[in-house]
Amino acid sequence: MLIIDYGVGNIGSIINMFKKIGVEASLSSSKDEILAADKLLLPGVGSFDKGIQNLKSSGLIEILNKKVIEDKTPILGICLGMQLLMDSSEEGHEQGLGWIKGQVKKFDFLENEEKLKVPHMGWNVLLSPQKNDLFKDFKDEDRFYFSHSYHAVCENDDNILAQTKYGYNFTSSIYKNNIFGVQFHPEKSHKYGMKLLKNFSEIPTC
Amino acid sequence: MLRTRVMPCLLLENGSLVKTTNFKNPTYIGDPINSVKIYNELEVDELIFLDIKASTNNTPPPFKIIQEIASECFMPFSYGGGIQTLDDAKRLFDIGLEKVSLNTAAYYNPKLITQIANIYGTQSVIISVDVKKTLFGHYRVHINDGKKKTKHTPFNYVKKLEEYGAGEILLNSIDKEGLMDGFDLNLIQEISDAISIPLVALGGAGEIEDIKKAKKAGASAIALGSMAVYQNRNRGILINFPTQDELKKILK
Repeated sequence: MLIIDYGVGNIGSIINMFKKIGVEASLSSSKDEILAADKLLLPGVGSFDKGIQNLKSSGLIEILNKKVIEDKTPILGICLGMQLLMDSSEEGHEQGLGWIKGQVKKFDFLENEEKLKVPHMGWNVLLSPQKNDLFKDFKDEDRFYFSHSYHAVCENDDNILAQTKYGYNFTSSIYKNNIFGVQFHPEKSHKYGMKLLKNFSEIPTC
Repeated sequence: MLRTRVMPCLLLENGSLVKTTNFKNPTYIGDPINSVKIYNELEVDELIFLDIKASTNNTPPPFKIIQEIASECFMPFSYGGGIQTLDDAKRLFDIGLEKVSLNTAAYYNPKLITQIANIYGTQSVIISVDVKKTLFGHYRVHINDGKKKTKHTPFNYVKKLEEYGAGEILLNSIDKEGLMDGFDLNLIQEISDAISIPLVALGGAGEIEDIKKAKKAGASAIALGSMAVYQNRNRGILINFPTQDELKKILK
């Protein structure tokens, strides 16, 4: 497991959890190491533009395109890392990686009876996620920690892996072939997050 | 749907877990790492650790212990005490913390709030605000582990903190802390009316009903000190926490 280091902090807790579940994981921004990895994890906290600019200035976008699109290496994006998989975001002007079609939008409760606070911060559940190796042995009461103001809106419903309700139902997990994204933080979600990261580590690499 | 967050707030002194009363008389509770392992099993929503001496002694956060706690902590983890610079905060985020909590530093150097928020997002900055009533019953903000009284009313102070980029206010009542006879609900109400960011209520919870009352008064989240380390009001030491089912029932 290689955790992509592109300077958008907070990877300590991911490394801690991989250690706990006995999955070998390292942090790197080296092109050679990324090319050699059999699983990739794209973490991220912060703004959309900063995230994509950091990926660009680290010179990693070309390598990631090759690894993920051509070699079909499984990749999991977490939080901002998930949002970067999309085309674009209301939060910024930069183009995303564009591997999954759609936009990232801010929570908008204008049409909602219930005006909720943004960010959506705290523990929440997934509404009937699709059958997928990532959610193997998933139970309805499994809960995950969220902390975000923006969420993905997929162009194609087939890319929706799970939804969550906060005022309205939004997409909290996305996928396409070998590409996975979760809006929540498995690394801060107790045994439920451990199960998810373990599942991801066991997804076969082509 | 999102349930109100309820979390232990634990105090560190010289690397040990302690519990105070009205910010005084720290009583030894135990080893922080062992307690984190128990809170993992209990699946608490978050953990807050505050070092009560770092600021007064002008020492940096105890990074080694925080690192050890973080490596056993599989939930959002916040730390406060002795954070004075952006570098201190950066080091804590690198360790894997979800949020940092500022108190005295935010008072003297509120720009630090903005600096941290600009890089890590506002949701990553908690400002802990300690409040004590004057002899005439007026609320005043205290800093330096409650020892230094300022001229600020909490109502105006928290508004300013929000403008600087605070993501959350951890509101503690010095008069209620450790007594286990209920929150200062007036204070919670007054402060929650002043801000649009989440308010975490701390100081005074003695039974599960108190959690419900604090929520009703306007708290977005509730932190428990004594209730997380004492069995009951007789104060027999026991690392414990209301179960998810109990919380679900009471916070419906």
